[in-house]
Amino acid sequence: MLNSTEHDKALLRGLATKDSQAIEQIYRSHYQMVQYLVLQNRGSEDDAADIFQEAMMVLFEKASNPSFELNCQLKTYLYAVCKHLWLKKLKLLKRQPIRVTDMEVAIPVDEDIELYEKQQQHFDIMEQALHKLGEPCKSLLEAYYIEKQHMQEIAARFLYTNANNAKTQKYKCLMRLKKLFFAQYKHNL
Amino acid sequence: MEDFILAEAIEKYVNGEMNASERAYFEEMRQNNPELDHQVAEQLFFLNELEKYSNLKNYTHTIHQTVSKLIDEGFINKNSLRGKAKLIYLWNRHRKTIAVAASIAGLVSILTGSILSFFNSGKNNNIKPLVEKIKEQDDKYRKLEVQIGQLNSSAQGTSTPKPRVESKFRATGFLIDTKNNFIVTSAHVLKEAPHQLVVENTKGEQYSATAIYINTEKDLAIIQIIDQDFDQLSPIPYSIKKGNGELGEQIYTLGFPKQEIVYGEGYVSAQNGYDMDSVYCQLSTSASEGNSGSPVINKKGEIIGIVSSKETNNEGVVFAVKSANIYAAIEDIQKNKDFKKIKIAQNGSLRGVDRVAQVKKVQEYIFMIKGN
Repeated sequence: MLNSTEHDKALLRGLATKDSQAIEQIYRSHYQMVQYLVLQNRGSEDDAADIFQEAMMVLFEKASNPSFELNCQLKTYLYAVCKHLWLKKLKLLKRQPIRVTDMEVAIPVDEDIELYEKQQQHFDIMEQALHKLGEPCKSLLEAYYIEKQHMQEIAARFLYTNANNAKTQKYKCLMRLKKLFFAQYKHNL
Repeated sequence: MEDFILAEAIEKYVNGEMNASERAYFEEMRQNNPELDHQVAEQLFFLNELEKYSNLKNYTHTIHQTVSKLIDEGFINKNSLRGKAKLIYLWNRHRKTIAVAASIAGLVSILTGSILSFFNSGKNNNIKPLVEKIKEQDDKYRKLEVQIGQLNSSAQGTSTPKPRVESKFRATGFLIDTKNNFIVTSAHVLKEAPHQLVVENTKGEQYSATAIYINTEKDLAIIQIIDQDFDQLSPIPYSIKKGNGELGEQIYTLGFPKQEIVYGEGYVSAQNGYDMDSVYCQLSTSASEGNSGSPVINKKGEIIGIVSSKETNNEGVVFAVKSANIYAAIEDIQKNKDFKKIKIAQNGSLRGVDRVAQVKKVQEYIFMIKGN
């Protein structure tokens, strides 16, 4: 039996590799706590699910960083992140939290959340760029870069005569995506 | 082309697929050529962003699978998946379908290619599709015209000009659903737009669009306007006929064989198309390149067909896809949960209206299909 710190570390390593069992375990261990927090503070069950999911994104960003170390228990960290996110949402909704004292954030998570938000912004820009790219470029690039299919498979799937043709097409699409991405990226700077 | 070679080289470099000497050579080139170095840096940054995107996408996918499982178990109580979460959820649920659709899109572009070459091949020189490949000058003239138009309207402070799409062809399409902004056109038209697809209204305003459904066998496609700047139009004046047009029935067409909308008149001359193909009917009317996708409308304001091709050696013999095929296409599209509630115009408001007034009402719903 691992002690709790070792256990947390193992979970985070799993998270970094997108292991579904690690994700499920984190949900099972900590979701109730976050749901209670949100329900006690003018939120609904749906809000709780959204907040926890966002916290899982923050956690992924953090766990993917090779130099990452968790200085406290995973539970404490998740609680702090969710609190922070929920306070922000309440502010946005212009709802006052009732139990103000309980809602003070104990450990600093601002930077992590900022990092996550920045990443999310880049994600959105890429998503839009892909959308603007249109078909068949979008599917072709997704097959290669997201689904990680081999060029041979892609050539077969998109009915290119050979992998080389598919490759040339892929580069063409990639160049266009790059242009679209930077157009928006530089605009947002 | 040099761009691709560079891109390929950079990707090899990033993935560690270069051997020692290639690598040394590449790095030396980088050092001696600031321009190249900049391009490499930019490409590296971009590939890194793409990698992060892909990572997040796959991670989100796993999260959603887990959440769905926990919701099914009752561990998480969530009534509705909303906003972005919902989109991703739907995306995941339809991922397989989308993959299939994508491979069909690939298939289609090749099939349309072969159909085109079939149409154009020496053996079957008898019919030709009616997409017009745009000459550069024509487009430039048009652009100038639109620029002037935009200048005028921006002087009034009404519109914000956006970059126009350089089109290499022109065809026609017509709206069948004002809620989802679905437009019907000919499948062979989309072969010309592997990169970008736009529709242009009679005012010269362009809106980006995407293909929803392509059936090369019936030469029928449905595209959707996805541009947020597009304002919803009032209910469609024409209806779409479920049955065939009558033999001898008077019809008219509206399309873009040139850079402005053109009206054509004729009649249904046969119930089947070329070589007795029952998907099509035969018209006696004039049609030329650019008319592909034009609606064929009868006296009552019902659309009875979609212009597809004409006989090469027999002027005035035009083939149109029967309108009933639109209903079949819609049924197919409705299998996708996102589009379950599509309703297409079944009650027209043109019965008894004279021709000139009909055309005036209808032309707002006819679009030029362009792209590259």
